[in-house]
Parts: sequence; C-alpha cells; structure tokens
Amino acid sequence: MTTVAHPSEHATHAGHELPFIRKYIFSTDHKIIGIQFLLMSLVFLFVGGLLAMLIRWQQAYPGAAIPGAAVLPETMAPGGILLPEFYNSLVTMHGTFMIFFAIMPLLVGVFGNYLIPLKIGAPDMAFPRINMWSFWIAVPAGILMLAGFFVEGGHAAAGWTSYAPLSANPEFSGVYAGQKLWLLSIAILGLSSILGATNYITTVVNMRAPGMTWFRLPLSIWALFITAILVLLAIPILSGAAIMLFFDQTIGTHFFAPAGGGQPLLWQHLFWYFGHPEVYILILPAMGMVSDIIANGSRKPIFGYHSMVYAIIAIAFLGWVVWGHHMFQSGMNPTLGMGFMISTLLIAVPSAIKTFNWMGTMWQGSIRFHVPMLHAISFVAMFVIGGLSGVFMASTPVDIYIHDTYFIVAHIHYVLFGGSLFALFAAITFWYPKMFGRMMSPFWGKVHWLLTFVFFNLTFFPMHSLGVYGHMRRIYDPTQYEFLQPLMGLNKFITVSALLLFASQAIFVVNFISSWFRGAKAPDNPWEDNGLEWTVASPPPHGNFAGVPTVHHGPYEFSAPGVAEDYLPQSSPARTAVPRTEGRRAEP
Amino acid sequence: MQWILPDGASTFAGDIDFLYYVILVITGIAFLVVELGLLWFAVKYRARPGRRATYTHGSLRAEIVWTAIPAVSVVVLGLMSGGVWNHVKGRDSVPAEALPYRVLARQFEWHVTHPGPDGQLDTPDDFTIRNQLHMPVDRPIVVHLAAEDVIHSFFVPAFRVKQDAVPGMEIPVWFEATKAGRFELACAELCGLGHYRMGAEVMVHAADEFASWTAAQAAARTQ
Repeated sequence: MTTVAHPSEHATHAGHELPFIRKYIFSTDHKIIGIQFLLMSLVFLFVGGLLAMLIRWQQAYPGAAIPGAAVLPETMAPGGILLPEFYNSLVTMHGTFMIFFAIMPLLVGVFGNYLIPLKIGAPDMAFPRINMWSFWIAVPAGILMLAGFFVEGGHAAAGWTSYAPLSANPEFSGVYAGQKLWLLSIAILGLSSILGATNYITTVVNMRAPGMTWFRLPLSIWALFITAILVLLAIPILSGAAIMLFFDQTIGTHFFAPAGGGQPLLWQHLFWYFGHPEVYILILPAMGMVSDIIANGSRKPIFGYHSMVYAIIAIAFLGWVVWGHHMFQSGMNPTLGMGFMISTLLIAVPSAIKTFNWMGTMWQGSIRFHVPMLHAISFVAMFVIGGLSGVFMASTPVDIYIHDTYFIVAHIHYVLFGGSLFALFAAITFWYPKMFGRMMSPFWGKVHWLLTFVFFNLTFFPMHSLGVYGHMRRIYDPTQYEFLQPLMGLNKFITVSALLLFASQAIFVVNFISSWFRGAKAPDNPWEDNGLEWTVASPPPHGNFAGVPTVHHGPYEFSAPGVAEDYLPQSSPARTAVPRTEGRRAEP
Repeated sequence: MQWILPDGASTFAGDIDFLYYVILVITGIAFLVVELGLLWFAVKYRARPGRRATYTHGSLRAEIVWTAIPAVSVVVLGLMSGGVWNHVKGRDSVPAEALPYRVLARQFEWHVTHPGPDGQLDTPDDFTIRNQLHMPVDRPIVVHLAAEDVIHSFFVPAFRVKQDAVPGMEIPVWFEATKAGRFELACAELCGLGHYRMGAEVMVHAADEFASWTAAQAAARTQ
C-alpha cells in the first residue's frame, strides 16, 4: 500500500525565503543536494579524465616529456617525464576518482536525490537532514583523496583495487601517507553512501503518492531503489575491509600479511564481494534512466515493463554470487572457478532481456532524436559491446589469456563510459531543464554527442586488439617487451583519439555553464513526458508539489489510444481505453 | 583491428583459442543483431508527421524467445569452458610425468630453480637462474609458483599461461611447449614501481639440447 508522509516543516518553509547559506550551502532540499553532488562529481570527472590523458601520453610516447607537464614537481614528473611510481599513482587515482567520486555519485548521489522525491510525488526525502549530511560527508572524503597527491611518498599506487600486500606494506610500494589517506577517504565516503541509501529506501517505500503503486514506478526509480539496497549491503564490506587494511598499515595487524598468518586473497575476496555489486551500482541506475528516456524518445510504452523490473532484480541478485570471476587466476581453488563462471554467464540473460526490450520499445515507435535520446540509444549500443566482451572473460579458460590485459580495460570502459557515462549524458541533458529552469543548446548538444560517440569508439575499441595481443594493463612502458613493440602504432592512435575525446568534452562544459545563465527558459514539460516531475515548475519550488498529487497511470503511457496528445502524465485524470495487447495485459 | 590471436605454442593453447573463437562468433552475431537492429529501427521509426507510435506494452512470446536463446547459449558455453578449465587448471590436472620447477617471484625479478639432470627438485644438482626458464619441448613441466613480497603474475602469452604468484601460497602451474625457441614471460599483476620491467625469458630447447644444456649448467655450478 502507498502511504504518504508529509513532514510539516516543508509546509512552513514554503512560505518564506531561507537565508542563502541554508538554501544553497547547508540545504536540506533534495534538489539542491542533487545539484551539489552534480557540480562536485563533474569536477572529479574532469580530474579523472585529466589523469587519463597523462596515462595515455605515457602509453604512446613512453619517456617523452609531456608538453606543459614541467610544472609538475620533481617527485612526479621531472622535466615533464612521468616517473614510474607516479604513473602507478595515476592509474590508481584515475580509477578511484572515476568510480568513487564521479560515476557513482553522479548516478546515485545526483539522480537518486533529484529524481526519487519528484518522481514518486513526495515533497522531499524521508530524512532531509541525513540527506544534507550525506553530501557534506562526501566533501571531506574528496578533499582527503585529492590531498594524497601532495604528501611525501606520493599518492596510493596499488591500483583502485588496492591489492594487498602491495597496498598494505609501504616497504613494497614506497607509498606512505598516500595509501592511508586513500583508505580513510574511502571509509568516509562509504558513510555518505550508506546515509544516502538509507534515505532512498525509506523514501521509496513510505512516501509514494496515492496511486503510485510499485508497478507504476518509473524504471529509473525501480533501478535507484534496488541500487540503494545494493549500496546498503555492499559498502559496509568495503568500509570494513578498508579499516582492516588501515590497521595492517598503522597498528601492526596482519589481516592480509602472510608473515603474521594473514592471507592476501582475503583482501581480494572482501574487495570483490563489494566490488561486483558495485559494478551494478554503477550500471543499474543508468539502465533505469535510459529506459525512461528511450520510452520518451520513442513515444511508446516501455516494452515488457514487468520483465524490465524482474531483470533489474535478477541482475542485482546475481551480482552477489559472481565476485570470484575477478579472481580466476588469483590462486583461488580452481573448482570455485567453475561455479563463478556459470553464475557470471547467467547474468547475460537479464542483460539480454533489457537490451531486447529497449529495442522493442523503439520498434514501431515515432522516434524523436533529441539530445538525451541520442545518448540513450548510444548507451544501448555501447553497453551491448561491454556486455558481450564480458562473455570472453567469464569463460575461465579464455580469461587465463586475457585477464589483466587491455581487453579488460576495453571491457570496463565500454560498460562504465559507453554505458554509465552515456546514460549520464542522457540523464543530465534530459533533466537539466528541470534542474536549472533553462534549456541546453540542442545544436551544441548534438555536436558534443557526435564527437563523443566517435572518439569514444576510436579510443576504446582498438583496446580489444591490444588485449588480443596480450598487452598487459598498468604497465608504465610497453616498449620493455618485444611482443608489445608492434603495438606502439595502435597505442599512439588510441592516445590521439583519447586526447580528442577529452577535448570534445569542452563543448559539454561550455554548454552546461552558459545554458545555466543564458539558456532559453524551460517550460514545465519540455520533452512531453509523463513523470510527475514534469507537472511542476522548472525548477520546482521547495516542497515540490502544491498539493499531494494522485497517480492514475503507469509512467509510460505514450501514444495511448483515445488521448489527443501522444503522452499522458501520470497524474492526469483522463481515462483511456486500455486494449489488450498481445501476450500481456496492458498496465492500468 | 586485430581479432586473430597470436600464435600459440603450448598443448592447450589450441583449446583456449578455439573457445575464444567460438565466443567471438557468438558475440559477433549478437553484436550485429543488436547494432544493425538499433540502426534499422532508428531510421525506419524516426518521427514523421501524421504517424503515431504503436501502443503496445510488450509481447510475452518475444520475452520468452530472447530469454531462452541467451540462456541456452551461455549454458552450452559454460559446459564447453568447464572441460578446458579442468584440463588446464583443475586440481588434479598436472601430468604425473611433468618436470618440476620452482619459481619465486619478487620485486622485480623471477628466480627460477631448475631441477637439474636428475629431473627432481630439492636435490643437490638443482640450480637457480634469474629471469630465465629453460625447458624441453614436447614435455610437460610444472612450475611451483611462489612470491616473496607482493602479488605477481606469471604470464607467458604464447603458452596462454597466466597464474598469480601469491605470498604465503605455492601454486602449481603446468604447461607443455610445442615449439622450441625463445618466449617472453611477463609480470601481469601490478607489483610496484618496477612492475613494467619485470620480464624474463623462457627458452624452449629440443630434448637432447636441453639435456646437454642442463648437464653443462649443473657441472659449471659444482666446480
């Protein structure tokens, strides 16, 4: 049943203006918190991208001075030439920033916050103050993580996966304070995620507007809800593991050090027991938001809504029993490898269901190629490549060869950039008018999409080939090996593409900032969508809705017969004839 | 773009490569179906004046089809992979006649203990060489792999062999070279600032050449 809770504080606040600092800095408004997460995460996305450019330079021109990098200190790049230890920090921090400080907060922190109350018809989150804290705890975590670059011994350099004993013992890595800051930051950030997830779950369960039944929830909210459950269960494992590793470094415990009876593989089990659900934390919200946008762009109900919901749940469930596939070559009992291979391959099934349902949604649609739709279709096209390349490494024997090569690098980038980041571009361009009350430039949006799509593929598709040749990842200088020498041409090609990909993002940045001030005023419902957020002003007022909205329809009633327009807002009282469709009863 | 694997040089390289190509074909078909389908739908169903999208919530028959086909494909693939995996890395997969070696990985070098002329480890004729592994062709060897400091990974691309070396563990890795010659051994797990240059060579000799090389090495070390 749907219950509605309306904290009375919103009613009292709606009337008068809050002071600037309460309204925009220490705000309890979920929309402001979402935008705060957005701005912070975009900064980290830029930082992560910048580190990637340094990595790419080194791969194409090992030992050559980077133009302009002479400003870096002697401990990083004397004369503009990267040091191997700094290169390892770059690899580590690129992954860390992108996963923990860019993609994850963009999907969960930004859109979880912004969309959940608006789309379920609630005035705010269940716990607005906890929500504020979840942002203001993330800020010091980010500062600590950046601070690592400026301490003696350099930043963490054991990979974003921080495998012990390299991460546990400074004698082996030469990294002292950097690794400790990394662990502290991750543990603190974990607290922020846990607070956020608690809030999302409570809000979705308790604060849905009347008529917003579970099976009238938009798929974006389903995905964010399931993701919040994953966050709540997975993050404490990472935090616990990080604290154990911190103790190994500081107070002489031996959880992961064999000399004291510890076991290095224990770190990997703990890390990946968190880490694989984390992969789905990074993709499920993307899938959910893309579902909303593809239905909107196709002007059609989502194909197989129930299948889509069950697929999300199936992926989330299977995500808990596949962590061992990161460890096939780790020395783990090979018999376990068999079980993990089967569970991993099974994830292909719900993933295929989702893909074909997105295609089914476009089939016989009336497709509007607005900028969010272009990114959403690209998401499907790229996610499929990332999903299919995953089959290679799921097969344990093939994984023997491609594990720890660029094939994996290609795979993760097709999932996290081709997948999550394209979905984020779709989501940001889709909900930007609601967030800021202005339209982004569609022309520059399309230019940015085209350049990103082209250079993304030119950057990451050839990485499969590097992997097929056996090119290891995380190596400072590939020319050290004879068998990698013939690949230097390809490495240069990838680097040039990557630089162009990075440069193309300037268009997005300029469009984002200038539209904020100079974009055309956004109407309430610029994309003619059905979600409750489009029934209120752009941007919505504090408290969101004037009264309590009542929901009469599912979220995807596009092109319904008997309705003049080709969309039908969820709260619109208009009744439609609901015909039986082949095989499945139509949603009410 | 290169999708063809470089030449393999071990007995099981062919099995692994065959699986790779099976997956390449299956995923290649799925790739074409989805990408061409998306492109086709995008062109064919683009918005045009006067046409309305079809109002449908789905099709149970379609859902069953695209659930069943991937499910059957992955189960078949899993069974095929399982056999090769057990052959290469299974608990009891090491051939009884395999010539034993001991490899100790440490930052940033490989210490390879050869069994010497008697073909057995832990006997006085053993000898250890840094960053070189000499072995006979057409005869399986088993490397007892260990690490001294951090995790390394024993990777011989041409043999399709990769196994992490973990401090505190000894892990058997077997393979049988099918070609004589020089092959590269690389560290595949980030192990510190010298990780990128933690390479070594594997020299595969013809049987008689290997026997005389081993005898000469053992003799040189006892003098």
